[in-house]
Amino acid sequence: MSVGIVILVHTALDRARQVVRHWSAAGCPVAIHVDKSVPRKTYDAFVAELADLPDITFTARYRCEWGTWGIVAATQTASERMLSDFPHVRHVYLASGSCLPLRPVDELIDYLEERPQTDFIESATTADVPWTMGGLDAERFTLRFPFPWKRRRYLFDRYVALQRALRVKRKVPGGLVPHMGSQWWCLTRQTLSAILQDPARDEYDRYFRRVWIPDESYFQTLARQYAINIESRSLTLSKFDYQGKPHIFYDDHLQLLRRSDCFVARKIWPYANRLYDAFLTDAEGAMKKTEPNPGKIDRIFAKAVERRTRGRAGLYMQSRHPREDWENGVTAAPYSMFQGFAELFENFEPWLAKSTGARVHGHLFAPDGAHFADGHTAMNGALSSSATLRDYNPHAFLTNLIWNTRGERQCFQFGPGDNQAINWRVAKDPNAQISVISGAWAVPLFRTNANFVDLRRLAAHLQKTESEHLDVLRSTWVKARVRIWTMAEFIEAPMEPLQGILDEIGPTTPRRLSEVPRMVDLKGFGQFLQNLKNQGMHPYLMGDFPVDTMGTTGAQDRPSKPYLVR
Amino acid sequence: MCQLEDISNLHSSNEEEKGRQMSGPGPWTRYKLRLKRKRLLWRGFRSRHALKLTSDKTARIDPAQILLFATVRNEAMRLPYFLEHYRELGVSHFLIVDNDSTDDTAALLAAAPDVSLWHTNAGYKNARFGMDWLTWLLIRYGHGHWTVTVDADELLIYPDHETRKLPELTTWLDQHGQRAMGAMMLDLYAKGPADEQSYKRNQNPCEVLKWFDAYGYWAQRQSRMGNLWLQGGPRARCFFAEDPRRAPTLNKIPLVKWSRRYTFVNSTHNALPPQLNRTYDEPGQEKVTGVLLHTKFLPGVADRARAEQNRKQHFSNSKLYDAYYQSLIENPDLWDVNSTPYSGWEQLVELGLMARGQW
Repeated sequence: MSVGIVILVHTALDRARQVVRHWSAAGCPVAIHVDKSVPRKTYDAFVAELADLPDITFTARYRCEWGTWGIVAATQTASERMLSDFPHVRHVYLASGSCLPLRPVDELIDYLEERPQTDFIESATTADVPWTMGGLDAERFTLRFPFPWKRRRYLFDRYVALQRALRVKRKVPGGLVPHMGSQWWCLTRQTLSAILQDPARDEYDRYFRRVWIPDESYFQTLARQYAINIESRSLTLSKFDYQGKPHIFYDDHLQLLRRSDCFVARKIWPYANRLYDAFLTDAEGAMKKTEPNPGKIDRIFAKAVERRTRGRAGLYMQSRHPREDWENGVTAAPYSMFQGFAELFENFEPWLAKSTGARVHGHLFAPDGAHFADGHTAMNGALSSSATLRDYNPHAFLTNLIWNTRGERQCFQFGPGDNQAINWRVAKDPNAQISVISGAWAVPLFRTNANFVDLRRLAAHLQKTESEHLDVLRSTWVKARVRIWTMAEFIEAPMEPLQGILDEIGPTTPRRLSEVPRMVDLKGFGQFLQNLKNQGMHPYLMGDFPVDTMGTTGAQDRPSKPYLVR
Repeated sequence: MCQLEDISNLHSSNEEEKGRQMSGPGPWTRYKLRLKRKRLLWRGFRSRHALKLTSDKTARIDPAQILLFATVRNEAMRLPYFLEHYRELGVSHFLIVDNDSTDDTAALLAAAPDVSLWHTNAGYKNARFGMDWLTWLLIRYGHGHWTVTVDADELLIYPDHETRKLPELTTWLDQHGQRAMGAMMLDLYAKGPADEQSYKRNQNPCEVLKWFDAYGYWAQRQSRMGNLWLQGGPRARCFFAEDPRRAPTLNKIPLVKWSRRYTFVNSTHNALPPQLNRTYDEPGQEKVTGVLLHTKFLPGVADRARAEQNRKQHFSNSKLYDAYYQSLIENPDLWDVNSTPYSGWEQLVELGLMARGQW
């Protein structure tokens, strides 16, 4: 009992020849089908080159165009020939010219010897698998597809549209249940001959001739009729990318293929000398006698495919430049933007850095340049603090900063005095955590030594800017995590918001806060606001501040003591 | 001379229309671009008179081969490794225009078995920085081939380039319906001024130029031709900090399945028809891209800048770039504490400077 190989060849005849010799050397009879589009001369040379091998037959040639009946016709003819010419063959293995045996052929023979009744053919009903590409799943069995998809795309599409409009629905003959699966199978003589000698074969062939990609459904469907013991998996390792194109294996896949323990792999790059050398020459084989394990390779591929199809969030480069709002993630990692905290607390930045371990910057979008943490003039990879460079493309500045520092949480201060160009971008970024104490911009004004007229003008400007920013943050488009307190609200109970922010930033502070930042002395702030009001400029963003709130209460009387809340 | 065209994109980039970023160009713009393409093709066709074929090995070009096109001037130092690098990648034939070199560039190229050489002493600037000449050669020889169009100081790499050569890559691109692959120009530099390094012919420039800027690039889309406009890197940091808009353009399209109807517009930064410029992925996935390792900052960069400034064949006659050339002449040190040592393509993929996409 042995294994017969049916091999479909269309390009890279040199490699096909090498593989045929390999199969033949192990004593397998081989039936070869060469695509009709191969020129006569090339074909003759190919036949002559293999003339010395025993148990080789060449079968009638069909034109094998992707997705058409020719491939099935070729397979049928070659299989019939195989069964009739080599009566001792028990299993027939369908392979292509670009398939490469990964394990010694003897191991495959032994493996099949132990499973004499088993058909290895991947076969699943269309309803249950998400494999199909291009929106044609059940329809490939209910419409007609006389036009080749690759060459006559326009006609193909039009004809599909027409049939849909006319609600054409073909009937599947003989109560067959359409199944699909990998084109590469290994069937027993019993099953294969039952399919090929079926009295209703003409009817089935007529039906499948107009099905789309019949090579993935003809044998897969009919095997279900006769097989005694179907193992619904292919012994041939083949991977497909997200477009449904077969993945090609190159030299650098050598180790991966070794680890797969599969018997055969496709598709192999014809010039992958290392692969052909490694797998066709060392007869001993580097692999252990184990069950094929495509799962290992599957996992590696699935991970890579996911990474590649979704792209890396926050990367804007030549490879990837999503349109605004189409991004899969605006930035690469979570970050925090604080507005008003550095104004209200004297040592907010060092305190935050200490309690979270994050990198805490000053006002990154300040008019005089980016205030990076620790006074650096450049961040990772020469992201310059120059205001000109930053304002040239502020969005890129932000996305670059977050991309450049992946792995380290970034926090920065913001305020109405800064460049406001990024407001929408940040508000729409799910990675952003925005905390705002509205009206806190008034604190530095209150503490400066400047003419009141100038202060009044500046306050009006800042209030307008911040108010616009708050409108952005309150819009329905916001995807960031936004928290807004009025200043009055915040200083009533600052601990809870601070604890909340820290908890969200990270698990670095499991315990309750032991140290809190020091709030600036607000004595007289209520009066300052009242003065602004008296000048006709109504500061409303900071909430309700009684004129004497901070001025007279005992706790706030001694500014040298830190503000503590328990 | 190859150093010069990388700033040639600047004037056109001023035309950037911000308001229309979301929609593609309208029919009128498309029509104007079509006329522009025809005009550039015509210029290229006319420029054939300026070229004299001095070493003709074009009979050896086979249909499926990958061809490389370049204009060079006084590149005898870089060329040996350049040729070796691209031969190794699977380029079968080099079609090179020598713009009146005064060193042994011509002799070196004429001796190579796989180089066809044209000579010209016409003005580089008037030939759109050599692009007219290459347009003609691409029309004449590039049609239907995968073509690499680069400068002598640009070495193309891409993910897995050590184990998978250009035939693999181009077959894959064909299969996935991509006619072009983009690449970012990555400035490599040494620690210390360029002229204090030593470089021998045939040496891998990466052994001398060990550093690069891993971050600090910014990209924007230009709606007119749909190309990306990528800037940044050490030259932007050192020479254009005051006026980043003028910083060199870093995006290029070096690998194209050529058709005689195509043309490059500004150097190889953008091409027409505009579909060729879509080397980046918009819905947020990644497309396979490469990197052009830019070896401009080998020793001699200052002399070269001085010579170019004297020849008045560079873009900056408008005085806008005089300061830039002056800085180059002063033999600057581009190295910075934030510089990153270059270790290979895996590093660049990890950093996001290039991507594998599905490749």
